Amino acid sequence: MIRDHFRVMRVDLATGRGEIQTVDGRDLYAGGSGLAALLFSRSAQPGKAWDDPDQPLIFAIGPLTGLFPLMSKTVCAFKSPYHDQYAESHAGGRSALALRFADLDALVLTGKAPTLSCLSIGSRHMELRDVHFMRGFDIHATGKLLRRMFSGAGHRSILRIGPAGEALSAMACVIVDTYRHFGRLGAGAVMGAKNLKGIAIQGDGSFLLPEGKDYPKLFQDVYGLLTGTEMMHKYHNLGTAENVVVLNELKALPFRNLQKTSDPAAVEISGEKFAEKTLLRNAACAGCPVGCIHLGFVREKFMEPNQYLYRQVSYDHEPIFAVGCMLAVTDPFAALDIMEEADKVGLDVMSAGVALAWATEASEKGIVSAAETIVPLRFGDAAAFQKALWHLARGDNEFYRLLASGTLPAARRFGGEDFACVLGQEMAGYATGEVFFISQALGLRHSHLDAGGYSFDQKHTDPDVAKAVEFLVADESSRCFLTAMVSCLFARGVYTEARLAECLKAVGYSKLAENIQAVSRRIQTERWRLRFATGYDPDRVEVPRRFSEVVTWKGPIDLAYLQSLKSEYGRRIRALAAEAEQEQETKPQIQKKEESERESR
Amino acid sequence: MKILTAPRMERCIGCHSCSLACARLVHHHLSWNTAGIRIASSGGLSTGFEARTCLACDPAPCAAACPTGAYSQRRGGGVVVRKNLCIRCGECAAACPVDAVYLAADGDPFVCIHCGRCVPFCPHDCLEHTNLPGPGPAGDPATGGQP
Repeated sequence: MIRDHFRVMRVDLATGRGEIQTVDGRDLYAGGSGLAALLFSRSAQPGKAWDDPDQPLIFAIGPLTGLFPLMSKTVCAFKSPYHDQYAESHAGGRSALALRFADLDALVLTGKAPTLSCLSIGSRHMELRDVHFMRGFDIHATGKLLRRMFSGAGHRSILRIGPAGEALSAMACVIVDTYRHFGRLGAGAVMGAKNLKGIAIQGDGSFLLPEGKDYPKLFQDVYGLLTGTEMMHKYHNLGTAENVVVLNELKALPFRNLQKTSDPAAVEISGEKFAEKTLLRNAACAGCPVGCIHLGFVREKFMEPNQYLYRQVSYDHEPIFAVGCMLAVTDPFAALDIMEEADKVGLDVMSAGVALAWATEASEKGIVSAAETIVPLRFGDAAAFQKALWHLARGDNEFYRLLASGTLPAARRFGGEDFACVLGQEMAGYATGEVFFISQALGLRHSHLDAGGYSFDQKHTDPDVAKAVEFLVADESSRCFLTAMVSCLFARGVYTEARLAECLKAVGYSKLAENIQAVSRRIQTERWRLRFATGYDPDRVEVPRRFSEVVTWKGPIDLAYLQSLKSEYGRRIRALAAEAEQEQETKPQIQKKEESERESR
Repeated sequence: MKILTAPRMERCIGCHSCSLACARLVHHHLSWNTAGIRIASSGGLSTGFEARTCLACDPAPCAAACPTGAYSQRRGGGVVVRKNLCIRCGECAAACPVDAVYLAADGDPFVCIHCGRCVPFCPHDCLEHTNLPGPGPAGDPATGGQP
């Protein structure tokens, strides 16, 4: 389990045959984001489309998964249906530990199954099973059947797609263990294109731990920091939903399709209100004692007299922003209803919420009508949004098919590009200012998690382009190592570079521990190289006018600063990709050296 | 003698910290199976979690079933395990009425030894290391017999 190489299962879904591969590069690419990039560069066809059966769908974990708490994410890499370029998406749940206990550092899926299928893997089995009868099933019905079909309750992870994934929607997510998601950039459609309805990972292996006292002592120290101090209090308490009030007070909360950055009604869907009114319980990713997953409840009167059913829905800041704030739905139960519907159909709730916010403003302005939206859309009308999500998931007409491919393509066809809230993809829930807007617009994953631009905006008032871009590049680099470890980013205060080095050393990865900065940089540049190799051009990224009309606590957006940031960050990103291109030229020598070292062992 | 009970499992968040701690500290393993306490969702995550752990039977059917004396009755309930006597026949697991004995792929059995080392790792205080509860209102057997 602790090894100087990667153990990878590769499955050809067309034949149902698997293969265990030994892949060199542990000390160069570490795992997680680095391993995913390495495997993508070896198996993807940059010139072929995202849905070509040859394209890989990759799931990778890190060297510390299972060995330390909160090393609990899985990195998914693929060619995205959203932009047909390299993409990464991260999810919690149980999949990381399940892969660890299946004794795999990564799973690589290629080919297309002949019928709708489910893949089941474990440390001692691999099977592709026909599930054609599940076509069109929502994610809950799919989960229930897969749980019945495959054994191992509690110690397995079930990944699945809903109707949106089957319809190849670029906003389709992969649901992990009911409450977590590979949400953004369309991983669900990649599974759909491979005729793969689900993946069941059975974590049924066990391993001997490293000898000596260092590891258990260090584990205890890290565990103590995570549970015995205030460092994780926010996530354990209200969760990320705490951000709603903070951002609203700052005038940095996107509201009503970003027509505003604060609204008195936002307090009704604050983390505090969600906890007070809807919070049913918390849950955790396997291997994380923090338990940041907040499950709210909704109940539905489905029949007279007094016949109710109830559902549990996970909420966070981002879903609240996307279907609460952006759609001006200010009742927490109504917002949970929309989140639940997005989950059921297998749509990424952030992308879908922001897309519907644009469609609603376009409806208000008369740019589109019910002829396009099928159901009339009005801000605050939660029932309409729930229906619209099904139209969006299935692509019921040309309008919804275009909208599912991205808000900007729909806006280009119907009008309303100015108010499409798109920063590389549909925006995340921060309107903190210029640095965040550019960070998301140009960032590798177009995610608020690529770098802490939202935080930089809050700490700096001077428009210093060089300082801001330097921060984005450096912060991305350090996050690359964390995501190579598959650490939850909430734990970044605990997993400092020095502590990560200690953790790696304690379990036998001394060389990695000594080269953290170089490995971070290699992963950062390699990911950018892959993005450019699959067609990325930062100069072609648009920042719609709506973002330049935003007014935050600092005042109106500084358009000149925004444009300078975009141009300079784009230049730096190009340089990062070029750096990896140079390394590629010397790579064959590194590989040759590794191979000869391995042979001599 | 104290035993491990899980009287507050409705608080469980499914982090597996207890079973990972047992595997790590008692058995020197990285595993969520080869442990004396195992956490499972019952029918999906929406239904919460249950702890599969020894309920400290006295007499213990697993000890009675063990043909080589590897499992013997523990004072206060449960079993004392002597791994060096185990022939990996699996009779202990078959005899356990509540699936508390885990058999590894090679037949090696894992059961709670009531040492309580998992207890401090539970972030929600679901577990207790306590003296066997005396007579009182009947409780849920999965909670260690506590009401």
